[in-house]
Amino acid sequence: MIKLVKMTPTQQRKIQHLYHRAGFGISISELNKIQNNSIKVIVNNIFSSSKNYTDLSIDYGEYAGSYKMKKEARENLTQEEKKKIQKAFREDIVKINVKWINKLATDNAQLREKMTLFWHGHFACKSPVPMFNQNQNNTLRKFALGKFGDLLMAVSKDPAMLQFLNNQQNRKKSPNENFAREVMELFTLGRGNYTEEDIKNSARAFTGWGFNEEGEFVFRDKQHDDGEKNFMGKTGNFSGEDVIKIILENKKTAEFITNKIYRFFVNENDTDKEVVKKLAGEFYDSGYDIEKLMKNIFTSDWFYDERNIGAKIKSPTELISGMMRVFNVKFENDLPIVFMEKSMGQMLLNPPNVAGWPGGKNWIDTSSLMFRMKLPEVLFKSSELEFSYKDTPDEDNMKEVNMKEDNMKDDEMNMQKQKKNKNDSANREKKFFKKVKTNINLNDYFTTFGKYDKEELVGYLSEFVLQKDINTNTKKLALTYSDISSKENFIESLIMRLMSLPEYQLC
Amino acid sequence: MAKVTRRDFFKFSALASASMMIPSFIKPLQAKEITEKFLASGAKKLVIVQLSGGNDGLNTVIPFKNDIYYSSRNSIAIQEKDVLKITDELGFNPAMPKFKSLYESGYLSIINNVGYPNPDRSHFRSMDIWQSASDSDKYTTSGWIGRYLDSECPDCKNPYNAIEVNDTLSLALKGEKYNGIAVENPERFFMSTSEKYFGDIANANKNKHDDENVAYLYKTIVEATSSAEYVYKTSKIYKSKLEYPKGQFSSNLKTIAELIVSGIDTQVFYVSLGGFDTHVGQNGKQENLLKELSEGIYSFTEDLKGNDKLNDVFIMTFSEFGRRVKQNASGGTDHGTANNIFVINGNLKKPGFYNTAPDLTNLDNGDLKYEIDFRNIYAEVLNKWLNVNDKKILGGNFKQLNLI
Repeated sequence: MIKLVKMTPTQQRKIQHLYHRAGFGISISELNKIQNNSIKVIVNNIFSSSKNYTDLSIDYGEYAGSYKMKKEARENLTQEEKKKIQKAFREDIVKINVKWINKLATDNAQLREKMTLFWHGHFACKSPVPMFNQNQNNTLRKFALGKFGDLLMAVSKDPAMLQFLNNQQNRKKSPNENFAREVMELFTLGRGNYTEEDIKNSARAFTGWGFNEEGEFVFRDKQHDDGEKNFMGKTGNFSGEDVIKIILENKKTAEFITNKIYRFFVNENDTDKEVVKKLAGEFYDSGYDIEKLMKNIFTSDWFYDERNIGAKIKSPTELISGMMRVFNVKFENDLPIVFMEKSMGQMLLNPPNVAGWPGGKNWIDTSSLMFRMKLPEVLFKSSELEFSYKDTPDEDNMKEVNMKEDNMKDDEMNMQKQKKNKNDSANREKKFFKKVKTNINLNDYFTTFGKYDKEELVGYLSEFVLQKDINTNTKKLALTYSDISSKENFIESLIMRLMSLPEYQLC
Repeated sequence: MAKVTRRDFFKFSALASASMMIPSFIKPLQAKEITEKFLASGAKKLVIVQLSGGNDGLNTVIPFKNDIYYSSRNSIAIQEKDVLKITDELGFNPAMPKFKSLYESGYLSIINNVGYPNPDRSHFRSMDIWQSASDSDKYTTSGWIGRYLDSECPDCKNPYNAIEVNDTLSLALKGEKYNGIAVENPERFFMSTSEKYFGDIANANKNKHDDENVAYLYKTIVEATSSAEYVYKTSKIYKSKLEYPKGQFSSNLKTIAELIVSGIDTQVFYVSLGGFDTHVGQNGKQENLLKELSEGIYSFTEDLKGNDKLNDVFIMTFSEFGRRVKQNASGGTDHGTANNIFVINGNLKKPGFYNTAPDLTNLDNGDLKYEIDFRNIYAEVLNKWLNVNDKKILGGNFKQLNLI
């Protein structure tokens, strides 16, 4: 019988794996620098790079203060003025979105940004007010690697979330249970670990939690129900803070969060239940120390098991910021980024609902996959891509960031070949072609890979670009379809061909 | 049983032989077999029309004898003289003479007060509920048509069994195992998949993959390429000579008619018309949309009728919610709950009004109370029209309405 040799991933692939999961990939120059270090040293460096960080902020124009406007002043606005503010708000949300993508692609605190993205999907929320989005994003960033309890409390008192889950309408006389329900179902315990009675009683505890016109958390004493509540087997006149404390005392919360972190950072199809159980126990014992949990994961041997490498389908955000980070892609204008997000199904700051993006195979359908495979060519050749989007409805007066025609003109979009723009339907359902202008700097790649011949190159490059091995025929095809007019063209086009493979969707 | 004309038969067998490359000596037999299959199940088509944004049902089918309607809507109520009357109490919005004509032909049925328990007034959430057919407090990541594709129906295994005529795929068409496909323009879809490199790499990876995700990705490419070729080739068989109204919505309906008449295997088509979120200055906007909706559907039914297909196609419209009874301060309406839906077919069991008009004296916080859960309609369509197990797909037992 032939003895089976268990393949173990190379050091290079392990490092790339770590960077894909703890961040958004690694460029060749970074990889060259660190490839001889031990995984332990590299993990420590990743954590220390995320100690210091900068907040995300954008320049607000003349409508910066509009969200603070008193109710009476707001009511006195004309339709015209209201529209202008809404338009400015929409544009500012796009600015925050794009600024964040750029931050994901370039920031040194890569792990912290990755965690912020994870929490953005976990505490999925959308707000029509740009400043609320910015504040929440910075709250997630601040506590991203801290104690989960602090993060939970901060998010629960965050105006964007209180507004999104209607806790502003949660009053003693008529409790609104939306916030209480989602806190338990989606943010902490998970379905099945609480009762409808628990929801009713905790909703009463959260009465009075709201925010003022300055966009700050306020406790409205008069709206609060300070009567006795029964919650998870305990009785008392609990406050919202008490409820959160009781939820954190429950081990199910640690299990739920750890399981979700495992699926996001390790493997989404194949969960090692024993590992998750052990991680959850340690997470609970540490008082929900997120940094410790993450370090625990990234330093474990099982994290680098072959079954966990390349086991995830990249989210659109990971795909876009990964291409930008690894291949030094810079977009000359911002809107294509937003269109790409939309075409692939993940607009940042605009999750589909409070449950967040379902992820995994849900990212892929026939049209989104063809789009993803076409994308490298569009970026590398600055070629035309057809974008389209559906007219999506407004959410409580929030015009979803849907690039109405006027916005596009403002942003000097060159709408070409726009079809039938005279009739109503075409105005709502836009289709246009856009030249995506990018700058890509591959000098480090030319230096590193220039010395190899063609056959060697396809081996080395596929090991670098992809986290899954490809078969010989696929390698041959990638070679055949590359441009051999010069060494540089060859390296560039081969990278592009490898990025167009289905395997590139995995990390 | 569906009627198949000589012309249909000819076209269908022409398609079958062209696309399947059947050797000439077995052609007659094979063609007979295919035709029988076509007759048995493939002939039934479902077309779902989504009105995005929450259409105001009260200004679509107007209770023109109701004082509460007029007192609640002092500036946006449609005056009795303008209403296109269809009964003593109810009539269509003036923008919809084409629907009146469908109604008079007996091809249209109006189901009032459709909704679900504990309605959600968020567009996104409510649309998810309609598309996934979930309870309003549950989150489901698959859609009802997607689960239809997952179900054991024999013809469902191809992604093109459900086509959304659009560039992105809605939740409704996403299953646990299978997804439908999004195709707005069959030719462009074909072009997007016809890049030689993609075809070659798919070919080089035909063999089984150990890795679940790799297998899924390659399967999706194969589905995309094979569906694209099939849909594109089929789309060329019948080109409608009928003039449809201008606009993307009507042109999408035209694409559907062409595919159906061409004899495509696809059983479910999904198409949407957006812009119904009328918080401000509702009337002009909604009228344009209702005109677009009714004229588009009218041309579509004419096209089908001219090709003997109207009995085989069941059309249903829906919107994620209706709007509040009372208008707001800016000549519009805010998010509401229950709504009317339209079903259209050449052979309806109960044409006209399926049930009574909304009761404006019995409201829930200013909103209409629902009478029929929308999943009752889904159950009927799945069970009686598409011939599959509705309970399995909907995850519950929903009473059918006897429409079909």
